[in-house]
Amino acid sequence: MTDFEYVLGLGDDALVAAQRLAQWAARAPEMEEDIALANIALDQLGTARLLLTYAGELEGADRTEDDLAYLRDDRDFHNCLLVELPEQDFAVTMAKLLFLSAYQKPLYDRLADSGDERLSAIAAKARKESAYHLDHASLWTVRLGDGTDESHRRMQDAVDRLWPYTHELFEGEHADLRAQWLATVEAVLADATLTRPADGGWTPGGGRQGLHTEHLSYLLAEMQVVHRAHPGARW
Amino acid sequence: MAHTHVGSLHAPDAELALRNARDLYTRRQEGVSIWVVPSAAIVASSPDEKDAFFDPAADKVYRHPTFYDVPEGAGHL
Repeated sequence: MTDFEYVLGLGDDALVAAQRLAQWAARAPEMEEDIALANIALDQLGTARLLLTYAGELEGADRTEDDLAYLRDDRDFHNCLLVELPEQDFAVTMAKLLFLSAYQKPLYDRLADSGDERLSAIAAKARKESAYHLDHASLWTVRLGDGTDESHRRMQDAVDRLWPYTHELFEGEHADLRAQWLATVEAVLADATLTRPADGGWTPGGGRQGLHTEHLSYLLAEMQVVHRAHPGARW
Repeated sequence: MAHTHVGSLHAPDAELALRNARDLYTRRQEGVSIWVVPSAAIVASSPDEKDAFFDPAADKVYRHPTFYDVPEGAGHL
């Protein structure tokens, strides 16, 4: 029997990532990138809907995807901290997407072969999208890292700043995915002439237990405001 | 079947042009083949030369490949 909170966590990762990426709409550095980011946000939202719907069924309390997305507070969200961090600049967005997709891709690969038929069908669909997200983020990481002095500085800064948050992805049953994740990420960083940050030191976590950064409640306030103001309305 | 021109886009290089085209024009459908070409590499015939280019062909019906029966089973001609 698949665990409700486990599926909820995967769904929350995708939902919060989608919300952050959607904030780029009409603000990306070029029109084509605007469309690419919206595309990726739509993919993440699509996966979030499937996972949250399934989580609601696992819970057995008649909560729909909308109930779970709009009527939970930050303490009941189980996403990793990485996805809730603010975008700040394009390099941060690409570093986040690189770290997230390099994690989601092998995770969905694994879940696609899991005994849970429903989860494996969702993962089989999502992993193709993750492969595209990883490709996109890798390309931009190399482009910025191996671009100008300024883009290199920003990309390195983004990687350094986000690296501590990646440890949380490999808590518990995902621990063995880190080797594969590192192989993917280290190759991209090397290609991008970037320095791979050292491990150890500060390793923030707690997202899976509902202990978030201060950024999540602001994100949820914006995401949930209409639903909170008109509870029970049909859209 | 043949590649069909579906539009134009701006990109810093061919690699990103491919990815942009995939998002803009194909919605990432599987089994679709994309070609990208920088506009500078395309030479087009001029409308001023239209007569010289196309008229000689139009009045000689034997130039048109319509007198041949296509054998059955020969697809994609």
